[in-house]
Amino acid sequence: MIVFDKPHALSDAPLHYCPGCTHGIVHRLVAEVMDELGIEGRAIGIAPVGCSVMAYDYFNCDMIEAAHGRAPAVATGVKRSDPNNIVFTYQGDGDLASIGMAETVHSAARNENITVIFINNAIYGMTGGQMAPTSLPGQVTQTSPYGRDVSLCGYPIKVCEMLSQLDGPEYLERVAVNNVKNVKNAKKAIKKAFENQVNGKGFSLVEVISSCPTNWGMTPAKALAWIDEKMIPYYPLGVYKDRSANQ
Amino acid sequence: MAKLTFKSEKCKGCGLCVDACPKQVLALDADTINQKGHHPVKAVKEEACIGCAFCATMCPDCIIKVER
Amino acid sequence: MSEKVLMKGNEAIAEAAILAGYRHYFGYPITPQTEIAAYMAKRMPKIGGTFLQAESEVAAINMVYGVSATGKRVMTSSSSPGISLKGEGLSYLAGADLPALVVNVQRGGPGLGGIQPSQSDYFQATKGGAHGDFHMLVLAPASVQEMAELTVKGFALADKYRMTSMILADGTMGQMMEPVSLDFETEQAPEKPWAVTGTKLQRKHNIVNSLFLKPEELERTNFERYERYKYIEENEVMYEEYMMEDAEICIAAFGIAARVSKNAINEARAKGIKVGMIRPITLWPFPTKQFAKAAETVKQFISVELSMGQMIEDVRLAVNGKAPVTLCNRAGGMIPSPEQVLAAIEDAAKKGGN
Repeated sequence: MIVFDKPHALSDAPLHYCPGCTHGIVHRLVAEVMDELGIEGRAIGIAPVGCSVMAYDYFNCDMIEAAHGRAPAVATGVKRSDPNNIVFTYQGDGDLASIGMAETVHSAARNENITVIFINNAIYGMTGGQMAPTSLPGQVTQTSPYGRDVSLCGYPIKVCEMLSQLDGPEYLERVAVNNVKNVKNAKKAIKKAFENQVNGKGFSLVEVISSCPTNWGMTPAKALAWIDEKMIPYYPLGVYKDRSANQ
Repeated sequence: MAKLTFKSEKCKGCGLCVDACPKQVLALDADTINQKGHHPVKAVKEEACIGCAFCATMCPDCIIKVER
Repeated sequence: MSEKVLMKGNEAIAEAAILAGYRHYFGYPITPQTEIAAYMAKRMPKIGGTFLQAESEVAAINMVYGVSATGKRVMTSSSSPGISLKGEGLSYLAGADLPALVVNVQRGGPGLGGIQPSQSDYFQATKGGAHGDFHMLVLAPASVQEMAELTVKGFALADKYRMTSMILADGTMGQMMEPVSLDFETEQAPEKPWAVTGTKLQRKHNIVNSLFLKPEELERTNFERYERYKYIEENEVMYEEYMMEDAEICIAAFGIAARVSKNAINEARAKGIKVGMIRPITLWPFPTKQFAKAAETVKQFISVELSMGQMIEDVRLAVNGKAPVTLCNRAGGMIPSPEQVLAAIEDAAKKGGN
């Protein structure tokens, strides 16, 4: 009996991510959910600009590559074109919480019936490790070489907390993928975020606390530990909004 | 006993699977270098494998197939 | 033949778009094109279409990108400052070879500028409008009837060549009311096998993308695109000639400037001055050959523009030094009067046009 194998919706293309980068885990979870819900054939994914820019090669469903930060706007167009499409964006922290913040907030406020997978690894990976809107206070990056000084560049943005203040969104949850238990919880959240769309419930965002061993300057194992030590205390895991659960 | 199959050429040797295994079944193969230049994972005690798939759950590159 | 109805230019664009099968409109309010959005907001819900007021011009053009990727006809409209914001999306549409219709009802600039009519986005529209090597099909209506007809034509061209068609109008064209006949042929959109419609697990996935990290590949896409552009330059040029048979002075003007110039030409002809006009209807592709041919007999060219002189550069390139090309212009929202254009014609005539 096969206990575990590559999901169908995940392509055979080798992922370009660095060793130990958890993008790959999240890609696989999204693909597993597509398989389990039987939606690959009507799914359309939107890749961002950032490390996951080439996500269009990694999923077997139809894919679009969007401009930096604009994935929720592109997704809005795709969904409005045909509500039968199952539309998801896959975005990093720079894409979603910095340059694309307006698109994020407004698609949430409209309760656009899309699924947003938000990778928060507190750094710009693709460009080589610059400060992200979610970089922690004191975090050393290429553009905060003395540590993020909140008096100069402000505080990190807590996306789930912020969006939970809106009446619009259906479902907001923050998960992590730094151990087996958390990965299993992340899968549940991602599945719910897609099920919500299938059931017409509306904007569902899963923020995934993810690792960037290369730009954090850590081994893959140390990076997963750092998620527990530093990231989760600042970005507590949990459900921030679930409209149907409250009804 | 469970059976593990690895797509060794796709392995990046990150070792997350090694750490995830509750039975210390896996190790990076220091004697092998794959085309990507990494030491790929291998089963050093496959007979101890309980087929929990924790290794595959943590593998970012989806290279592990688990059968039981 | 259908009856004519009295419509504003902006409304004619909106109604023509609906006739051409557009069911998706995304926009953001900006003067002087807001009537298009208002018209769409009223009509779309009644015909099963989408009207969505986006959070920004940037979002609107990316919503257009999304719908276009699914293979459906889609449009947005704005005015000059808003078109600048759409620039990013225009470049991505070009890079991904997606068809779209974008209307620019121009106002004076730069910066926030004003809200009165202008033609000062000519460079932006015809020379690309954003980063990278690309063109848009640029259509310049000179009447409310043409606002409608070029909208329909713009959709067909966009689909045919997988690129953006831009209606480059101005505040006058958008706001003025004229009788319009909306009785024209509309073409069905062609098959779009490249569109993302869901694989239905029946085919390999389609990818809509403008990223090519290998320079050889990116170069190839650019060369292919420019092959298409070359074909368009050979086959899609539209223009109107007015009294050019014996003309020794030729006015170059489009849109509202051409209408003003026609009055001036009529007056000059009454005075015995042999003046005519070439009115480009497509600004890209530009009627280069027509101006070059005219330059064989015409002694002087006058470019009449609502800008500091932008189209004049294309006229000069076409005329290629065979005759002087002078500028008759107003800017910042001002419109040249027929008297001003007549004076320019008379001045040219004195210099030896006749």
